[in-house]
Amino acid sequence: MKHWIQNLSNQGVTRRGFLKGAAAGGFVMGVQFSPAGKIHPFSGLGKAHAAEGVELPTDAFTPNVFVAIDQKGVVTVVCHRSEMGQGIRTGIPQIVADELEADWKMVRVVQAEGDSKKYGNQYTDGSRSIRHNLQRMREFGATARSMLEQAAAQKMNVKVSDCKAVNHRVVHVPSGRSMGYGELASAASQLKIPSVKDVTLKSPSNFRYIGKPVDTIDGPDIVTGRAMYGIDKRLPNMLYAVIEHCPVTYGKVKSFDAKEAMKVPGVVKVIELPQTQPPIVFNTLGGIAVIAKNTWAADQGRKKLKIDWDYGPNVVYDSDKFKNDMAQTARNEAKVVRNEGDAVSAMGRASKVVKADFYIPHYAHATMEPPAAIANVKGGKCEVWSACQDGQAARSTVAGALGMDEKDVTSYVTLLGGAFGRKSKPDFAAEAALLSREMGAPVRVTWTREDDLQHAYYHTVCAQHVEAGLDSNGKCVAWHHRNVFPTIWSTFEQSDPEHGHKIELSLGYIDMPYQIPNLRLENGKAKAHVRIGWLRSVNNIPNAFVQNTVANMIAHETGRDPYDVLLELIGEDRVLDLSSTDYWNYDQTYDEYPIMTSRLKNVLRVAAGNAGYGRPMPEREAIGLAVHRSFTTYVAAAVHVKVSKDGKVTIPRVDIAYDGGLVVNPDRAKAQMEGACIYGMSAAWDCQITAKGGVVQQKNFPDYRVVRIMDAPREINVHQVDAGGSYPPGGIGEPGVPPFIPALTNAIFAATGKRITELPISNYDLSA
Amino acid sequence: MAISLKVNGKSQSVDVPAEMPLLWVLRDVLGMTGTKYGCGVAQCGACTVHVGGQAVRSCVLPVSAVKEPVTTIEGLSKQGDHAVQKAWLKHNVAQCGYCQTGQIMQAAAFLKSNPKPSDEEIDAAMQGNICRCGTYTRIRAAIKDAAGV
Repeated sequence: MKHWIQNLSNQGVTRRGFLKGAAAGGFVMGVQFSPAGKIHPFSGLGKAHAAEGVELPTDAFTPNVFVAIDQKGVVTVVCHRSEMGQGIRTGIPQIVADELEADWKMVRVVQAEGDSKKYGNQYTDGSRSIRHNLQRMREFGATARSMLEQAAAQKMNVKVSDCKAVNHRVVHVPSGRSMGYGELASAASQLKIPSVKDVTLKSPSNFRYIGKPVDTIDGPDIVTGRAMYGIDKRLPNMLYAVIEHCPVTYGKVKSFDAKEAMKVPGVVKVIELPQTQPPIVFNTLGGIAVIAKNTWAADQGRKKLKIDWDYGPNVVYDSDKFKNDMAQTARNEAKVVRNEGDAVSAMGRASKVVKADFYIPHYAHATMEPPAAIANVKGGKCEVWSACQDGQAARSTVAGALGMDEKDVTSYVTLLGGAFGRKSKPDFAAEAALLSREMGAPVRVTWTREDDLQHAYYHTVCAQHVEAGLDSNGKCVAWHHRNVFPTIWSTFEQSDPEHGHKIELSLGYIDMPYQIPNLRLENGKAKAHVRIGWLRSVNNIPNAFVQNTVANMIAHETGRDPYDVLLELIGEDRVLDLSSTDYWNYDQTYDEYPIMTSRLKNVLRVAAGNAGYGRPMPEREAIGLAVHRSFTTYVAAAVHVKVSKDGKVTIPRVDIAYDGGLVVNPDRAKAQMEGACIYGMSAAWDCQITAKGGVVQQKNFPDYRVVRIMDAPREINVHQVDAGGSYPPGGIGEPGVPPFIPALTNAIFAATGKRITELPISNYDLSA
Repeated sequence: MAISLKVNGKSQSVDVPAEMPLLWVLRDVLGMTGTKYGCGVAQCGACTVHVGGQAVRSCVLPVSAVKEPVTTIEGLSKQGDHAVQKAWLKHNVAQCGYCQTGQIMQAAAFLKSNPKPSDEEIDAAMQGNICRCGTYTRIRAAIKDAAGV
């Protein structure tokens, strides 16, 4: 198995792994980077930044594979992580340019091709691009800066200790003389690359771009339609494909008749795609592809296909039945994953027991750009452009599908029109490659919205059962909790596992932060009947929902304020002791990123304080609270709802407080928190994926009802805590989603008395 | 069949079936990819263009039914400096950006017909355009800024 969970550490490029090599007319240092090396950028940058296949000038100063400075002083920064709206193509250049003391106007970004040996890990998920790259990008920038200072000293024949890089020039401080970076590029390229330990990083107080709300680098291309996504890349003589996959996951084609499809004007060929034997991993689902001269013709042809399917064993998948089965499992003893004290006997002695069953459905990512890729297989090589969260994974998957050596596959990463975990799985790139080989021409595969919703790598479906025992003072003394969900690992392992993997169980479950002396957490078995994958925040969604709801129920049962109860449950300031568990800490050491209850309580206080929590509210109006730490970042949500007499919910205001340690771009982080509210709201509100007879019932936006502008909160206020960056950077893209949902449902309870324990909320009648 | 179209001021002749949606003519025949596919059933607004100045969903509009000039995002302004585009940049509205060309085309047509809209009118006008990144609060702010309200 090979996916984000196991590919979390920086690999490939080592900090000291610089090579030195001479080149005609100049000098280039780089890791496996040839002097006239072609950096393959994302092709839709427009003239402002780069054109496709930018040739770095041979006389460019390129101290490593991420940075080049040409003789005009233009700084090119290579972004090796995928851009899906989180702003990483702005964030990585910000870091490099800061340490480099570059003038932002002179900085451009190009997109790395998929090559993790060259660039290090490229899996853009798990909210870790900054966590894992801040330090190394600073070092790359600082190394280049140090060499420019040295070059200036040589050129001006002065002491290097008197030279200082300031905003794209190196100044000789005593005399005030200075030279520009462009003038120095050539001389710098002659120098020996210093060891990183001899390079001084800036003091954070001197940061020029880190921590500043720099505008999105791709903004001008986006608003003019020049931005290039996977669905947009064009090649001469290209063909267009759509694919009918089996309606039931892992079903097979028995036979098919393409005669009518072939009669559709523009249809060129109909091809059966091979089906991968489970585990499916990132490989093709199989099906019947219609190739045509345009996407519409392909889709018209597809409608004329006659296919006889062997649906296979997953035809039994029925969401109603599955929900009942999981609920049953959650009521019986299961595998213990965290156990402190004796929850069972303490429960027996409790004055009061709060009990509840929970259900959270499957979700599909529903990226606005559905999965799309274009491939060109020619002369024993393959070029593929895809909207993928990891160009390296696309490369490996395509190479595997074609039976090619990876070195013969070049994988370009376009902009991603939304991703949310779906585009970590480059099955669509492999489909394009297989079809291109078959056609001897470039082929673009476009998934329709229906394909996207009906054949996703779904967010798992989950049932949970909780019993919380209270003593006579209303204090929680026992917590007995079970969760049940089909595991992501079923998609990746031959054994088709039925228990949650330790990593899934670490996503807000075994790291439950409440300070309760008797605690027993269990995990029951469930079998997967669809491809299960990760979706923004993953299992943190159900886990945060359940914990924060039970805390709210305890408050209600004991007649106390939910805010006070939540703080009491979190307990003393401490580092959570998880040493007796098999906890996985988002691929960070626990020493570096411990779970600190003080930070958790702090964000809760900030969100509640800013929201004006506790003030009198009109009837059927309330603020709900929730707090959760995920991806090493602490987030609290305060959601203010109004519920009309006829049950319509509106959200006048949301306050989010987050503590993500050092933040590179606060505006992009703010945007991620705003977006997380909407994403969480969609999940809570009216979205669910259900199956009947093994077939997913939702087809398009009319029945997968994501949040639209009218329902969006009127106001989302984001409060950044620890703006000084006294803690290392945390994840930003995902951790806003989990607390939003229980804050919303807790608010609805406070406003209406209706307790929501199952999602989506739309199943409840909230009228007075 | 040969169909004549005027797109961003330029006359074009395309040889396509009459019922082919304008979206696919723009994207796959004319190679103008700024107009996006999102759902194919006029439910998400990613494919929004102007026909005769009106915002329409090009994914369900047969090309033969297009009788007036078409403006796409590529032709909204010469320098990318339409008031709506400028406001979008000022507010850093876009995250992934995929739906934003449709959002901008919708907003531009709306502001032409209603230059000083209320909050409710903005929401009603933009209700057909989905953004999964969740940029709605910034879309509202940018539209108000462009309108000077």
